[in-house]
Amino acid sequence: MMRNLKPALISAVVVVILSGLLMGIRLSQQGTSLVLVGAGADVAVKIAGAALFIFLFNLFRDQLTALWLKVPALPRTPAAFSILAARPAAHRLFWCFLIAAALIWPFLTNRSNIDLATLVLIYVMLGLGLNIVVGLAGLLDLGYVGFYAVGAYTYALLAMYFGIGFWTGLVAAGAMAALFGFLLGFPVLRLRGDYLAIVTLGFGEIIRILLNNFTSLTNGPNGIGNIPKPELFGLEFSRRASEGAQTFHEFFGITFNSVHRVMFLYFLALLLVLLTLFVINRLLRMPVGRAWEALREDEVACRSLGINPTAVKLNAFTIGATFAGFAGCFFAARQGFISPESFTFIESAIILAIVVLGGMGSQLGVILAAIIMTLLPEVARQFDEYRMLLFGLLMVLMMIWRPQGLLPMKRPHMELRT
Amino acid sequence: MSAATPLLDVSGLCMRFGGLLAVNDVALQVHEHQIVSLIGPNGAGKTTVFNCLTGFYKPSAGSIRFRGEEVSGVPGFKLARKGMVRTFQHVRLFKQMSVVENLLVAQHHHMNTNMLAGLLKTPGFRRSEKEALERAAQWLERTGLLEFANRTAGTLAYGQQRRLEIARCMVTRPTLLMLDEPAAGLNPRETADLQELIAELRGEHGLTILLIEHDMKLVMGISDHVVVINQGCPLAAGSPEEVCRNPDVIKAYLGET
Repeated sequence: MMRNLKPALISAVVVVILSGLLMGIRLSQQGTSLVLVGAGADVAVKIAGAALFIFLFNLFRDQLTALWLKVPALPRTPAAFSILAARPAAHRLFWCFLIAAALIWPFLTNRSNIDLATLVLIYVMLGLGLNIVVGLAGLLDLGYVGFYAVGAYTYALLAMYFGIGFWTGLVAAGAMAALFGFLLGFPVLRLRGDYLAIVTLGFGEIIRILLNNFTSLTNGPNGIGNIPKPELFGLEFSRRASEGAQTFHEFFGITFNSVHRVMFLYFLALLLVLLTLFVINRLLRMPVGRAWEALREDEVACRSLGINPTAVKLNAFTIGATFAGFAGCFFAARQGFISPESFTFIESAIILAIVVLGGMGSQLGVILAAIIMTLLPEVARQFDEYRMLLFGLLMVLMMIWRPQGLLPMKRPHMELRT
Repeated sequence: MSAATPLLDVSGLCMRFGGLLAVNDVALQVHEHQIVSLIGPNGAGKTTVFNCLTGFYKPSAGSIRFRGEEVSGVPGFKLARKGMVRTFQHVRLFKQMSVVENLLVAQHHHMNTNMLAGLLKTPGFRRSEKEALERAAQWLERTGLLEFANRTAGTLAYGQQRRLEIARCMVTRPTLLMLDEPAAGLNPRETADLQELIAELRGEHGLTILLIEHDMKLVMGISDHVVVINQGCPLAAGSPEEVCRNPDVIKAYLGET
């Protein structure tokens, strides 16, 4: 305990100095001049309390650590369950149930919940896409939001200038994001680890700043509004049809209900997520999926076996970017309005957090993490400014308890049957 | 190709790292169906020569001709596709992947990697997967690893990992197999098995083999030709018997007396 006395004292003094300067003194206007005013006694008491807390915490930190270690770890999944889960039939059944639940759910709940679920699905899509790059190919991409922005703006601009519909826009957005992924990946994928992370971080910012400043094309910080909503085989989800079109409720002879559109958007997002899941599942069982894993393990060995590391990485980068493009297009269509504000670095960070929290490479984990990461800020709304603090706390606790993520990846292994 | 053109013809090979001349003017010829050994004391630059030959280093000077074609400076993965495949001094398997998957990754270049075909599981794609699995099974059987096919590669015993590495090279269908100290860490029994395997690869599968090895019994037993290097410089070359009797070689290995 005596060993900790000095650091404890120092940290308490630091707390007093910092909070004393930040909270204890205020500038106040008296007439035309500014004067320094000391804060009231209550603030002084709070500062003293905080300093005392930090002092005691540091003094007894060894005991606290010992106590901390006694906290039981999260329960392991029972063995019987894992054996059952390993069976492909059980696996399929589980996914069927999950999809069925997702299909029925919107009919049982209200409009705002469906809307929130749609947002969750967008993040699921982004998480799954980034999962290819980070979790499967092992490339740390901090600028993933750049491709998301490219997808969103591709659709928004094409709709604004050429009046194209959602479905064409979806394809265009995917293709455009893929092209950007390819062009960016080409020079930077020779870099490793940290360097790659920095370059991609820069890329994400460049895209955002470009969108912000290229006012003549993108309308700059004012954003683009009136982006057309998606339609179902030419049927619009609005009260009155635009010229030469038909609305959904007219076609089916039901009364207009604005929930229909929200539900349609939800199902559309679900469809995109299912498509993403299907593609990733196939990729994992394809030569390219195995090459990603091999590359993550030993790049030198891969080269010695005739695998071109740059090409394989480029593949992952491009495919990941494509899904971000799809998600971006859907996002633009759902919001009806986009601006560079929606594509800041924090979005990249959240998507990356989803991947890490879920367990790198694990798809169910990513879905679970996307739900948590989207719902948590909503649920914690009552804590308002302490919301992010709560968020950070959760991440720290996660990393202590389950550094491998919620559901670590179990890759489908190719079996040799003899 | 005429018998006179060597499969691999190296001349004047130099590799400089800053002020250090690690390999100096090494020449080497490997003819088809030969087993050639590269020997030398520790730190002589054998592995550096290997790294130059397989495209992991770009040599500072010299020419490397594979089947008469200049390949100096060609990236490693391209050389591997041309049929020059190597193993490593320290086993480099994909340890988290299963044994059979190690062999599938190695066949990447030969498989149907068309994205659309894979997504839709076309018959062509299935056939390619099946062929790859069969080829893998065939080599696992030959190296005595068939029963471990679905085990994680990292859990194999050391000797088995060594054999798996050779099997992994073989499924890439090489013409020139380059083994970097394949007997390192093996017991005498396993070394004898290895010798048999190498002889069989040459005899039945028509391979040409370039070998770095410290185990003199193995080297002298199977080599047609031995090249000795010392401190980066070529010291001697010839048949195993000639090299054994060469006073310079004896001096390099045993030190000056």
